Amino acid sequence: MSGTITIDGKTVPFTGGQTIMDAALEAGVYIPHLCHNPEFKPHGSCKLCVVEANGRNVTSCTMPASPDMVVINDTPELNEDRKALVQMLFVEGNHICPACEATGNCQLQAAGYYLHMQSPRFMHFYPPRRVDASHPDIFLDLNRCILCELCVRASRDIDKKNVFGISGRGIDSHLVVNSESGKLGDTNMTVTDKAAHVCPTGAILIKRKGYTMPIGKRTFDQKTLREFHLEQQKRVEPKDGPDGG
Amino acid sequence: MPRELETAVHPEKLKRVVIEPVTRVEGHGKVTILLDEDNRVHQARFHIVEFRGFEKFIQGRPYTEVPVLVQRLCGICPVSHNLAASKAMDVIVGATPPPAADKLRRLMHMGQMLQSHALHFFHLSSPDLLFGFDAEVGKRNIAGLAMEFPDIARQGVGLRKFGQEVIRMTSGKRVHGTGVIPGGMSKNLSCEDRDWLLAEIDQVVRWSQEAVNLIKRLYGDHKDFYNDFGYYRSSFMSLVREDGAMDLYHGGLRAIDDKGQTIFDHVDYSHYGDYIHEEVKSWSYMKFPFIRSQGREEGWYRVGPLARVNNCDFIPTPLAEAERKIFKEYDEGRATHATLSFHWARMIEMLHSAEAIRELLHDDDLLSNDLVNTGERQLRGVGVIEAPRGTLIHHYRINEDEQIVRANLIVATTHNNQAMNEAIRQVALQYLDGQQLTEGLLNYIEVAIRAFDPCLSCATHALGKMPLEVELINAEGARVQHLIKDSDGKHHA
Ligand code: SF4
Ligand code: FES
Repeated sequence: MSGTITIDGKTVPFTGGQTIMDAALEAGVYIPHLCHNPEFKPHGSCKLCVVEANGRNVTSCTMPASPDMVVINDTPELNEDRKALVQMLFVEGNHICPACEATGNCQLQAAGYYLHMQSPRFMHFYPPRRVDASHPDIFLDLNRCILCELCVRASRDIDKKNVFGISGRGIDSHLVVNSESGKLGDTNMTVTDKAAHVCPTGAILIKRKGYTMPIGKRTFDQKTLREFHLEQQKRVEPKDGPDGG
Repeated sequence: MPRELETAVHPEKLKRVVIEPVTRVEGHGKVTILLDEDNRVHQARFHIVEFRGFEKFIQGRPYTEVPVLVQRLCGICPVSHNLAASKAMDVIVGATPPPAADKLRRLMHMGQMLQSHALHFFHLSSPDLLFGFDAEVGKRNIAGLAMEFPDIARQGVGLRKFGQEVIRMTSGKRVHGTGVIPGGMSKNLSCEDRDWLLAEIDQVVRWSQEAVNLIKRLYGDHKDFYNDFGYYRSSFMSLVREDGAMDLYHGGLRAIDDKGQTIFDHVDYSHYGDYIHEEVKSWSYMKFPFIRSQGREEGWYRVGPLARVNNCDFIPTPLAEAERKIFKEYDEGRATHATLSFHWARMIEMLHSAEAIRELLHDDDLLSNDLVNTGERQLRGVGVIEAPRGTLIHHYRINEDEQIVRANLIVATTHNNQAMNEAIRQVALQYLDGQQLTEGLLNYIEVAIRAFDPCLSCATHALGKMPLEVELINAEGARVQHLIKDSDGKHHA
């Protein structure tokens, strides 16, 4: 099945199996998102990509495009909801940008800027979260995990190692490491794995890298989240993760 | 001390004056003075009433984060913490930064020194010095200064701004930059920025000279008062270069006693713990460091501009060196221990910083790309610099997973803790004893503390400022007078 849909009045072609997100990005139409990454199967957890399709709110990263679908995307109301979602992500974890080495390379932070977030708005949860430094080259800081499952998907589908998983439900969901001890150091993950480079935030860091990339030269010092995502789509075989590496 | 004022014999019978927190000082401190019926002073203490364990907060963090994280300790001297922590991390990554990185860091540090000293002198202290300590309160602030001494105020702003630009250009950001990394720097100085600084620097040196002249003139106009105000003698500690020169970025520790005799010299600062201990007293959260060989009672000392100018054999830039000589010889050396001499010494250092920046700017290494060295990782690192307020010690231990397991920070204000207590006790005896208390007299106490330019947010390792409050409490514990001051020094009843 193929055909066209309209997004905010613009005609956008799609081919069989494509989601609204796929079609939009391919046509250079931006729908804000965090857990979507064109290299991986969609996951539909962050809800940033919610659009109105034929009068119904759907996650555009999972909803297949269908002929003559009418999609509404870039409206003040939807963007306001997206901002609220980002604000919730900020307060649900412990995201302290000034003390995080991912600053400037972090998509959550970039989403905050893109959606004109001025304050956290909601009460901070300050959840107690685990830090795992057991791996010689990788630092895992769950304070910054937004449960996008990109690392889960990368490790399972590309690295074929299945290092990560999600456990718990609702607000208790959390990322787990699939080793006997639960420690990253006891897995066969290596620093060259895809999973080490897909995290959109600073939850998975490469050790000793720190601030070697100066502020001012980082990904989102140069471009907005929109530009970054549209370029990401264009790269046929992307090599670098969003950590600016 | 003529009278022992640390602890009164019968505190319950006395009335209590609380100055809380001291105005125009960063962070949360408090002065309490106990008086009897005749307003005779029986006890005077400067203490810290709150503490937030920053050392705890950074446990478990990767060491690469720490130099950036610690900048949050203090809104005034983040660069100092950044540099001290980075020097400790140099040790941890086992690398001495290449010459270019060393010079870039020095440049950044001199910029910080310049802006911090300018802020302290022009914004916080010169209103007291120019208008008088008991002048009308509404006038004793930077706004009052701008009205009556517009040129001085303008130069103060200009000096501060230049220092901030140096910081921005070297660190990558106006505040909380990330240019300094373990083993070196992540960026150099651009040609464009260098040229901008070069175009300004002669004026900056000139203004710094004028600032030294201003404090000299003020001192000379009221020589006896400046000499005697809160006067006491003490030991001094600071870093000095191998040849004894003033070096604010790196060196060995030197301490001299109140007679000018060397206590220790060229001590490798990674062994600071063998020379300095910290005592805890029940009435303050701030520790009391002392020099081990001198003992708990006698071992206290001062750090900061006065200590550095007194301790060094010479200053390696000509204009500041000439001023150092004048200072040392002034009134047969009487100025060298005076509380208010801190201001004079601070301005000499500001001049030195300006001159040092000028020298560095002519060094093409600043534009180099050879910026980082690597080495073999260590599990312990100590970094020390001379921050604007004095010796700043950062000490870290990491585990094999490269997480911080232990941190110990000794900041300048903590080194000066006992000295600040001595100063207020002197002033309390000199000016408050037996007097009816007025706001003007209470300000004398603050002037004595402010001379140190203490940074209580560093000392408490807390974040942010606190509202300001003065309370006068009578012998029954009832509040008889209450004054709130905001951070500009404005008063509300
Ligand atoms: S660690 Fe990063 S990539 Fe993995 S789920 Fe959390 S935010 Fe997503
Ligand atoms: S991008 Fe669609 S739900 Fe996250």
